[in-house]
Amino acid sequence: MSAILDFLPLLLKGAWVTIQITAGAALLGLVCAFAGGLAAVSGSRISRAVAIVYVEFFRGTSALVQLFWLFFALPLIGIRFEPIAAGIVALGLNIGSYGSEVVRGAIKAIPKSQYEATVALNMTPYRRMRSVILPQAVVGMLPPFGNLLIELLKGTSLVSIISIADLTFNAQVLRSAALPTLTVFLVVLAMYFVMAYTLTLGMKLLERRAARSIGLGKLPYQPDAVKLAEPV
Amino acid sequence: MIWDWDYTRDILPDLLRGLVVTVQATLVGSVVALLLGLVFALLRRSSLRAVRIVTGAFVEFIRSTPLLVQLYVLFFVLPTVGITLSGFQAGVIGLGVHYATYTSEVYRAGIEGVPRGQWEAATALNLPASRVWRSVILPQAIPRVLPALGNYVIAMFKETPLLSAITVLEMLAIAKGLGSQTFRYLEPLTLVGLLFLLVSLPASLTVRRLERRFGH
Amino acid sequence: MDTDKADTGKWAETVTVEPPVAREMVRFDKVVKRYGDNVVLRELDFHVAPGERITLIGPSGSGKTTILRLLMTLEKIDEGKIHVDGECLTHTRRGDREITADEKHTRRVRKKIGMIFQQFNLFPNMKVLRNVAEAPVHCLGLSREEAEARAIELLDLVGLGEKVDSYPSQLSGGQQQRVAIARALAMQPKVLCLDEVTSALDPELVAEVLNVLRNVAASTDITMLCVTHEMKFARDVSDRVLMFDKGQIVEQAPPDKLFTQPEHQRTRTFLRALLEEH
Repeated sequence: MSAILDFLPLLLKGAWVTIQITAGAALLGLVCAFAGGLAAVSGSRISRAVAIVYVEFFRGTSALVQLFWLFFALPLIGIRFEPIAAGIVALGLNIGSYGSEVVRGAIKAIPKSQYEATVALNMTPYRRMRSVILPQAVVGMLPPFGNLLIELLKGTSLVSIISIADLTFNAQVLRSAALPTLTVFLVVLAMYFVMAYTLTLGMKLLERRAARSIGLGKLPYQPDAVKLAEPV
Repeated sequence: MIWDWDYTRDILPDLLRGLVVTVQATLVGSVVALLLGLVFALLRRSSLRAVRIVTGAFVEFIRSTPLLVQLYVLFFVLPTVGITLSGFQAGVIGLGVHYATYTSEVYRAGIEGVPRGQWEAATALNLPASRVWRSVILPQAIPRVLPALGNYVIAMFKETPLLSAITVLEMLAIAKGLGSQTFRYLEPLTLVGLLFLLVSLPASLTVRRLERRFGH
Repeated sequence: MDTDKADTGKWAETVTVEPPVAREMVRFDKVVKRYGDNVVLRELDFHVAPGERITLIGPSGSGKTTILRLLMTLEKIDEGKIHVDGECLTHTRRGDREITADEKHTRRVRKKIGMIFQQFNLFPNMKVLRNVAEAPVHCLGLSREEAEARAIELLDLVGLGEKVDSYPSQLSGGQQQRVAIARALAMQPKVLCLDEVTSALDPELVAEVLNVLRNVAASTDITMLCVTHEMKFARDVSDRVLMFDKGQIVEQAPPDKLFTQPEHQRTRTFLRALLEEH
């Protein structure tokens, strides 16, 4: 039992690095997702082409290869990344490509009738997106975003391969220190599980908030009930 | 010129050898994932509550934790309790079990998508359970989810580079080896990326065509 | 609900539009519209005078909804021209050539046109007040306070003053459609397109919407183009009824004449079928 107390601090430090990388990549991924998704539905053919190339490239290759390329290959054409920066950029761009498909799908899922209503009110495309389409689309994006966030958390373990001291790296360090490896790794898996579960709970809360902001989850119109409730 | 074409020509055969290992790992891992996933899906429908809960917990746990850590457990940790696996064995078991947790969800969706009436007709015809599954339910459940399963096979293909961390000589491992010898990483890594694209893009298009055929 | 006793003055005050510029408010000039191989409108010519109320009737597929959708620029015409209040909606002049109008020009002319949809199409992510005030703020340049003040007046006129803080999902179909009417009127259009605005409503909710529209017709000068099956409403409100079939105007006349003494066989058959249904 005391062995656990020995290695826990190192694992917690690693977990903190994992959380930071997840947060950084999530932020970058979110920006890329919206940039890519909006470009994919834009009227400009060039924007759409760029979006398609971005998505197919990052989705079509392996995240680890992308990470390696950013960290080992880019220096040869002059761009050098700090390891953590490479991790955040590679993971962020990667998850962003999946995210932009989510954004695109959610925007396309908004019924055509909403577009037509904005045309009848003579709204500009920008105003249409900002006031009507995006607020509704965001509600539909949250569940898939939640899944992607979990995938991102798991993906951060890859940075251990370029020697960033995240949770997985520290687990390997402890292994070579000849500590009870099975226990260590089970604890590590449990820590990832707890982090994933927390993220899932957080996303569920966000989903409920978003649904309320577009009037779902409120009491719907009930003709008879309303009449009965009216004070005489 | 930053790009060395002669070097590129030299390393291509080595990388292609790595591609073979990548493909082998993908195929074996896929077989495991596709079969085991179905087992998980069926176990989670068991009438025994204990079976359902244990399987469910196991699937959730594996699905929510990184594949890389699971590979490390299979390759580095198991020997300490007496089970020694080669890199390739650990790799395909790790890939297979991890992705089985995804495919089990896909199978579940497919099974639940079979109309209620089919189950009722099978009961009315007094068919034994195994035949109901073999002849009625699965033949309807599986074609509908083939595109989703196809996408997971492609995902497995793209995750094989993780096996380089447990000494499997797939494409990325070879590229790393070449790079560390010559300090030229640009060509090997770029080629690996392109090779991945060359395989996964047509594969995705095929899956998308499958999607259209099985009508969504 | 006090929309039965219309306060004509209040309506006129809140829904003022500038006087028309031309003798024809809407003119379709040899308009052709195809969907694939199907020619829905063939060289359609018709016009609507300012302040005129016309009703378009006819079997489905006859093109009447298409006319409204072309006017509202929800679809593009294949051939011909559409003019609104003296300006060409669909084309502009470049030197001495006529080219298809760009987005900027379309938006400018489209400002004069409004539409109310069969499915209401309120914005579910906004409360009722914002549904009505949003477009005036961003597309008419009103301040948020002015737009909301006007919105509240309009919502009062349609009988929904207490519902300003509700979400569309909390309203009945009839209430939603009345909000939609307020929303369209908030933009002060000169032409209002009404596309089967009561067809999606439960029967007991139809009257409240039609009453609001009767008030609009009685108290304002807005030109109205209605596609509807509500024959009594058409009789009460329209100056002219146009019978469509296969993309052509088969017959047109004031409602009293068309409904009681239709001249064309097609009109007679259609009206008979319609009366049998009701």
